[in-house]
Amino acid sequence: MSDSKLKEATRQYAIRLGDDALVLGHRLSEWCSNGPFLEEDLALTNVALDFIGRARMFYSYAAELAADGSTEDTYAYTRDCREFSNLLIHELPRGDFAFSMARQYLVDVYNLAYMEALRTSADGTLAAIADKAVKESRYHLRRSHDWMLRLGDGTDESRQRLQRAVDELWGYTPELFASDALEQGLADAGIGVDAATLRAAWEQAVSATLAEATLQQPAGDWEVSGGRRGLHTESLGHMLSELQFMQRAYPGLQW
Amino acid sequence: MKTEFTQAELEQLEARFQARIDAEEKIEPKDWMPAGYRKNLVRQISQHAHSEVIGMQPEGNWITRAPSLHRKCVLLAKVQDEGGHGLYLYSATETLGVSREELIEALHEGVAKYASIFNYPALTWADIGAIGWLVDGAAIVNQVSLQRTSYGPYARGMVRICKEESFHQRQGYHIMMTLARGTAEQKAMAQDALDRFWWPSLMMFGPHDAESAHSAQSMKWKIKRQTNDELRQKYVDQSVRQAEVIGLTIPDPALKWNEARGHYDFGEIDWDEFNRVINGNGMCNRQRVAHHIKAHEDGAWVRDAIAAYESKKSRRAGAAAAQGEMSCQTI
Amino acid sequence: MSDHMKLFEVFIRSRRGLDHKHVGSLHAEDAQQALEYARDVYTRRSEGVSIWVVNSSDIVASQEGDCESFYDPLDDKPYRHATHYQLPEEVNNM
Repeated sequence: MSDSKLKEATRQYAIRLGDDALVLGHRLSEWCSNGPFLEEDLALTNVALDFIGRARMFYSYAAELAADGSTEDTYAYTRDCREFSNLLIHELPRGDFAFSMARQYLVDVYNLAYMEALRTSADGTLAAIADKAVKESRYHLRRSHDWMLRLGDGTDESRQRLQRAVDELWGYTPELFASDALEQGLADAGIGVDAATLRAAWEQAVSATLAEATLQQPAGDWEVSGGRRGLHTESLGHMLSELQFMQRAYPGLQW
Repeated sequence: MKTEFTQAELEQLEARFQARIDAEEKIEPKDWMPAGYRKNLVRQISQHAHSEVIGMQPEGNWITRAPSLHRKCVLLAKVQDEGGHGLYLYSATETLGVSREELIEALHEGVAKYASIFNYPALTWADIGAIGWLVDGAAIVNQVSLQRTSYGPYARGMVRICKEESFHQRQGYHIMMTLARGTAEQKAMAQDALDRFWWPSLMMFGPHDAESAHSAQSMKWKIKRQTNDELRQKYVDQSVRQAEVIGLTIPDPALKWNEARGHYDFGEIDWDEFNRVINGNGMCNRQRVAHHIKAHEDGAWVRDAIAAYESKKSRRAGAAAAQGEMSCQTI
Repeated sequence: MSDHMKLFEVFIRSRRGLDHKHVGSLHAEDAQQALEYARDVYTRRSEGVSIWVVNSSDIVASQEGDCESFYDPLDDKPYRHATHYQLPEEVNNM
C-alpha cells in the first residue's frame, strides 16, 4: 500500500474502532439510573465512560489523520446509519440486565485480546490507545465474568435469562473475527489486528465460562454480519436519532 | 448498651447531649442520642439521599442526547456522582440503624420526600445547564453549611460531597455561558431555562423560617446550621452577579439591591405552587417515583441471583472445608 | 439489596505513605465484589492507591457505656505527651 493509501486505511480503521466503542458506550449509558442497585449503577456508568472515552480517542485520531477540520464530534454526530461501521453486537438494544452483561462478557473477552494485540501496532497512536484500553478491559472482563457466574449459577430465573441472552447474542459473534481487505491490508502492514487469530482463544475462554456458569453453549447454527459495510439492525437508526438529536435539530451549532 | 432509663437519667443524658452539641462536639453513631434527634436526622438525611437519587432522572434523561462527546462524558460523570452521593448518604443513615431497603420502601410508598425541584421536567439542553448552575448551586449553598452539622457521619459525607460537587455547578454554568454567547436562538433557550428553574430553585431552601416545622429544633441540635431564609438569601446574592456576567435576566421584577441590608431584596415565592409540588402534584412526581420503582423491581431478580450464588458458593466452601478436615484426619 | 446484601466498610489509602482512612460503606454480596464497587464508588477521582473493605459486622467497636473505664485512665498520664516537659528555649525543638 502507498503511504497515502495506508493513511486513509488507518483513518477508516480508527473510525471503525471508534464506532464500536461509541455504540457500546451509548448502550451502557442507557443503564444510568436504571441499574439493579446503586453500586452497580455506578459501576456500569464507569464502564460506559471508558468506552465513550475510547471512542473519543479513536475519532480524534481519525480527525487528525484527515486534517480537514473535522473533530471527534464530526464522526459521532454527523454520519447516518449507513456510514456507521460498528460490529452489530454492540448496537443491539440493552435488553435486560442479563442481556447487557452477556454481551459485555462476550465483547470484553474479545476486546482484551484485541487491544493486547493492537498494543504492538506499528502505528504509535493506535498502540497508545490500545495500551490504555487494555487496562480498562481487564477490569471490565473481571466484572462481566463474575456476573456470568452469578447470574448463570444463581436462581432458575437468572439462568434462564442469561441462557436466552447468550442464545440471542451468539449469532452476532462470528462477525467479531471476520475481516475485509482493509483490515487484512493493515494487519499485513503491522498496523491492524487480524481478528481471525483471536478466535480460538476466545472460543476456549467463553466455553469454559459458559460451562462454569452452568450454561449451554449455543449450536451456532445462525449468524448475521454487515456492520463494517454499514448494514445494521434497525435499532441503530433509532439510537442515532437520539444520539444525534441536537445536531439534527440545530445543525452546526456549538454547545 | 443500656436502653431503659428513668426520667431523671434521661434528663441527665439529654443535658449532657445538648452540652456536647453546644460545645461543637460531633455526635457519633454509638453515642446516646434523643429519639427525636435520631428521627429528625433519619428524615433529613434520607430526604437528602432520595433527592440525589431521584435527581439522576431529569439529567439522566439527556445523557443519550447530549450535544457533544465531551458534554456526554461530563453529564454521565455528573449523574454518576449524584448516585454516589445518594449512596454516601444512605450509608450515613444506616449508621442510625435504618437500612437502605427500608428507606427505599418509604420512598416508593410516598412516605419519604425528596427535593421538589426534581419534579420539574428537563425539556431542553439548556435545562441541563440551568440544573447544574442553579439547582446544584442551591444544593451546594445548603451542603456547605451542612459540613458543620452535628452528626459526624453526615458531616463527613457532606465534606466529601462538597468536594466532588464543585465541578457540577461550574459545568452547568459553562453550558449556560456557551448558550448565552451563541446564536439568538441559543440565548433564548438559556433564558427560558433560567425563567423556569429560578423560582423552583429558591423553593429548594424550604418554607420561611417562621413556617418551617422542623427548623427551630434542628437548629438547636445543630442538625441545620443556618436557617432556610438565611441560606436562600445567600443563594440569591451570589446568583444575581452570575446571571449578569452572562447577560441573562433573573425573572423577578422585585429583585433589587438593598444598600441598608447589604443584600438583594427579592419577590415572594409562589407558595401554592410549592405546596402543590411537595404534595405530589408537580409535572413529574408520578414519573419520578414510577421510574425508581420500575428500576428497583426490574433489578429484583438480579439481587436474588447474586444472593443465591453467594449461598451456593459458601455452601461449597463449607463442604470443601469439611472434606479437608476429613482428609486431615485420615492422614 | 440490604434484604440480601451485606454491608461493608471501606478504607482508602490516598497516597503511599499514608494510613488507610475510613471513607464510608457500601452493599455487596462478598468481599471481592465490595472491593470492586469501592473502586467505582469511592475512587472516581483517583482518590486511592489501596483499598480495604471490611465486613461491617466484623468490626468490634467500643461502646458509649465503656467510655469511662476505657479512655479515662489514659487521661491522667500527661507524661506521655511531649508538651509535658518544659525544656530551655535553645533545645525546645527536640
